[in-house]
Amino acid sequence: MTLLHICDYGSGNIHNVERALVRAGAQVLRCESAQDMVGARAVVIPGVGAFGDCIAALRAKGFEEPIKDLVDSGVWVLGICVGMQILATHSEEFGHHQGMGIIPGSVRLIPGQTPEGETLKRPHVGWSNLYSGETSWCDSPLANVDQASPVYFVHSYQLVPDDPAHVLAYSQYGGHPIVAAVRRKRVFGVQFHPEKSGHTGLRVLEEFVKLVKAGSD
Amino acid sequence: MKKKVRLIARLDIKGPKLIKGVNLEGVRVVGDPHEFAKSYFHQGVDEILYMDSVATLYGRNSLAQLVRETTNDVFVPMTVGGGLRTLADVDEMMRAGADKVAINTAAIRRPEILREVARRYGSQAMVLSVEAKRRRDGNGWEAYVDLGREKTNVDVIEWVKQAVDLGVGEILVTSVDREGTRTGFDVELVRAVVDVADVPVIASGGMGKLDDAVDVIARGGADAVAVAHVLHYKQISLENMRQCLFDHDIEVSIHDVATHL
Repeated sequence: MTLLHICDYGSGNIHNVERALVRAGAQVLRCESAQDMVGARAVVIPGVGAFGDCIAALRAKGFEEPIKDLVDSGVWVLGICVGMQILATHSEEFGHHQGMGIIPGSVRLIPGQTPEGETLKRPHVGWSNLYSGETSWCDSPLANVDQASPVYFVHSYQLVPDDPAHVLAYSQYGGHPIVAAVRRKRVFGVQFHPEKSGHTGLRVLEEFVKLVKAGSD
Repeated sequence: MKKKVRLIARLDIKGPKLIKGVNLEGVRVVGDPHEFAKSYFHQGVDEILYMDSVATLYGRNSLAQLVRETTNDVFVPMTVGGGLRTLADVDEMMRAGADKVAINTAAIRRPEILREVARRYGSQAMVLSVEAKRRRDGNGWEAYVDLGREKTNVDVIEWVKQAVDLGVGEILVTSVDREGTRTGFDVELVRAVVDVADVPVIASGGMGKLDDAVDVIARGGADAVAVAHVLHYKQISLENMRQCLFDHDIEVSIHDVATHL
């Protein structure tokens, strides 16, 4: 039986996300239309590239309202990278774009300078550690993550929730805290790429799979 | 602020085989690249680099298949290079599961391809591959193509500056003189590239002992080190490298490699 429905709106990293989820023990279904998502227990939203392109593609395929309805009915959600960012209310990347508004907050450019005034390269690319956010990692995909183990980031923007209590984890870049994971009830978003974060990334996906298995009636 | 240095396993591929040469020539078969990549993943490598050394149409098709198979059970960023001539070639590798592509020959012939790939996939996905050979007169380095076999009369440093302007996100510098010789990196070459490029630089070619890695990072300013021979022949392990760099106050990623899967 399908455990995870992957939202396929044309995101480039969907194959790698799918392979990693299978490796983490999930039966997955790649959904090319909203009909495919009927009855889903959990939805995974991948995403790479620009916010505006991703949300436009997702809307064009008619996924927005069904995803919101599924969230309202208590379905688990995992957004990855830009798939996390489009959960926000809006983004300032290349103009102003409305997101799905599932996690109230805005997507903003990461800092371009260290607190000492040194230039910081954007995008932030590479392995960085995760630090506790405002909310516990218990019963979250990060439950089994060792804080000493880094995960892989490629991004220039971050989702800043209106309510800091929605921040599950931070990372650090050039002396600044960067939002690395968010949570609102059963909706999770990770800014890093679990599908490229080695064994630590697979643990994150495994924990999500466990939550879905344990938490769906 | 201390930077974190990346350790990259470089696998040169010919047909379905992992090979190892000297000065990018004189090739010996080492084994199955997928198995080696998997083993490095389980030892906590930061990234994998596949370089196709045949670069024919047949080679490219088999390379895409190899990338697909590898990304089934190797979950770290993967760069693929060698023989990528067109945007369609790049698309094929990205679809197969690559995160970045490395381009040398095609970029020397038509530099615009660097900008085109960076636009389509982002700068972080576009790695300029430079094969550099010291000029006999001691006057810098010349860029070579086709695995260090063909001269171009292009100055490496000028070329790197141009490529950075075209939007490459990373530079892989391979010393043709040192590749496969285990006599140490060409540290001056790496330093010269680092000094003109504001993007990360990967040093490749020549690692023979642990101190070579320390040297090219400390003196050369390398952001990442690509290692082939000493890893493939198990003369140095990733664990040895991490420990040695850590002892020299160089920050590296310590990955969770618990084999729970």
